Amino acid sequence: MATLTKQQIGSVLAKQGILIAFAVFMIVFTLANAKFLSMDNVFSVVRSSAILGVMALGVTFVVISGNLDLSVGSMMSFSTIVVLDLHDKIGPLLAIPAMFAMTLGLGAFIGFLVGYLRLNSLIVTLGMLSAIHGLTLTYSGGQNMDIADKEGTWFSVFGQGTALGIPVPILIFVALAAFLGLVLAKTPFGRKVYAVGGNGTAATFSGIRRARTVFTCYLISAGCVATAGLIQASRSLGSQNTVGQGLELEVLAAVILGGASLLGGSGTLFKTVIGVLILGFIQNGLLLVGLQFYVQFVVTWVIIILAVWLDIAAKRGKLWSQIA
Amino acid sequence: MLQPGKLSKALKSGAIWGFIVLELLFFSIAGEFMSLSDKAFMDFENMLLLLKQSAPIGIIAMGMTIVMINGNIDLSVGAIFAIAAIILLDSMSWPIFAGLGDWVIPVAWLLALAGGTLLGALNGLIVWKTGVDAFIVTLGSMLGFRGIVFMFNGENPTSQLNWTLVDFAEAEFLGLATASWFLLIVTLAIWFLMTKTVHGRNAYAIGDNREAAVNAGIRVGPHMMINFSIIGFLAALSAVVFYSESGSVNPNDGQLYELWVITAVVLGGTKITGGAGSVIGTFGGVIAIQLLRKGLGHIGADTSTVNLVMGLILIAVLFLDRQLNIKGKEELKI
Repeated sequence: MATLTKQQIGSVLAKQGILIAFAVFMIVFTLANAKFLSMDNVFSVVRSSAILGVMALGVTFVVISGNLDLSVGSMMSFSTIVVLDLHDKIGPLLAIPAMFAMTLGLGAFIGFLVGYLRLNSLIVTLGMLSAIHGLTLTYSGGQNMDIADKEGTWFSVFGQGTALGIPVPILIFVALAAFLGLVLAKTPFGRKVYAVGGNGTAATFSGIRRARTVFTCYLISAGCVATAGLIQASRSLGSQNTVGQGLELEVLAAVILGGASLLGGSGTLFKTVIGVLILGFIQNGLLLVGLQFYVQFVVTWVIIILAVWLDIAAKRGKLWSQIA
Repeated sequence: MLQPGKLSKALKSGAIWGFIVLELLFFSIAGEFMSLSDKAFMDFENMLLLLKQSAPIGIIAMGMTIVMINGNIDLSVGAIFAIAAIILLDSMSWPIFAGLGDWVIPVAWLLALAGGTLLGALNGLIVWKTGVDAFIVTLGSMLGFRGIVFMFNGENPTSQLNWTLVDFAEAEFLGLATASWFLLIVTLAIWFLMTKTVHGRNAYAIGDNREAAVNAGIRVGPHMMINFSIIGFLAALSAVVFYSESGSVNPNDGQLYELWVITAVVLGGTKITGGAGSVIGTFGGVIAIQLLRKGLGHIGADTSTVNLVMGLILIAVLFLDRQLNIKGKEELKI
């Protein structure tokens, strides 16, 4: 009986571990600093996490389908630079769809390589990280991009505006998370994504078009990246061409923290959102208790490894690995 | 009789050298028309310089070859590189070593190398004991180690110029720079390790089929930990060689090194899934990358073009590899 209870505790911990950790974390930091859970602070954390969060939503699809996307950071730089440049040339109304089209084009290219040609996604997106970075530098001529008339444009609404008292980036993040969450959990397409990531061969034999599913996942990822680029561009109205550099790793960290397996087939969008919030609140909480900014990286390191470790430890029923 | 597998194998193992020859030809000819300088690209001096400039990436790439043949990956090498550089430069000014004079140099070297080895071993230990995938473990430590670098000195560079050290780093022996010698010696040592020792054979066995390796009695965990220590050591060695000459390290240094290193290793024919690859191929990959960077610079292209071309070549190589790979054809085509 005792062992059964232990197992039950283990399985609850494994399934909800990330939520429990999140709750503990929030309580500790609220006790340490009363400002931590104030409305202002929560809003500011979620707003600054929104860009990372929107990107993480798309990457979750890719990861569940059993692939990786390391190119989202440099793709986000690309979107930001392109939309800022086109804003002054053809006006915001045309610039936004043009930027989305270009970013989706990049996503389609990656999706074609990984989905239809079945190339290794790690290497393909690593190559695209470099290639898109080069593309962005070529496009911008190595210069920073700025909107000429920063006061008179309505373009700033996506990054700086508020609606019903809530910052627009948060609204975009929440709406997109809810929509994509429904797609993943409640539609046939969502089930195909899980099937392809869980066992690609079995999925193929049961009539799922594997290539097309993977392709669509990369399109979704690119769409999310374009949205993130839009928020970023609108928030700052000017940008360096390396604005997204390194974000791919933070995005991946959030997705892993949310419990999606890099082998594919598992993970949910809701948990990715939790992963994003954990990263955001860690960063914020550590600053509030007066620690150096860079401590967050070390803490993130420990948390990622602990999260994944406990997850697989619960699955195999033993804390330490069985590797000889 | 020429079997279909043999042709593709020969094509694959020779491909990187063919690519290098192609690069040399292209840049020599294109350089005639487009170069801003009068100097020929295939100049002997220029090629020696190229070997020297390949050293920082090349030394790490040798370690990455073992780790990838093992079926693992190490994303934290750039951060280890930066930490080792800081240990090297900072420890030379520590008060306890004040009485050592120039003997502080070997001490600082040892400290930096020990630091890198320990960090690598830590990665390996976590991979071994927790069973978490190396990709995740080193992704985490890449963030963590970089955090430590920034915690040490904020955004400020750490500098320490020791002229004896600079003289050593800039010295030439038999016409080759110090850094080139280090690259060649490391290449030779790792080649020996991978082709002539039990450890090397085990590395291939584990990467090819871990279950089978375990059943054959290979202790996979310690083996992988040794390999992670080796790559940590080599990342530190690379830093030691490079920063002995430059004498100043920025906290961002070494960022994206993992990208360059992995590109070199994959170009050299090592399989990302493990079990296949060669040190000599990696050496070719390193040279090919450096040639590309240098050659594009020679014909007047800027860094943006280098990044673009590099990424596309990596994907093209992967595509060609897939087409040449007989095994790939057996897989289900959809």
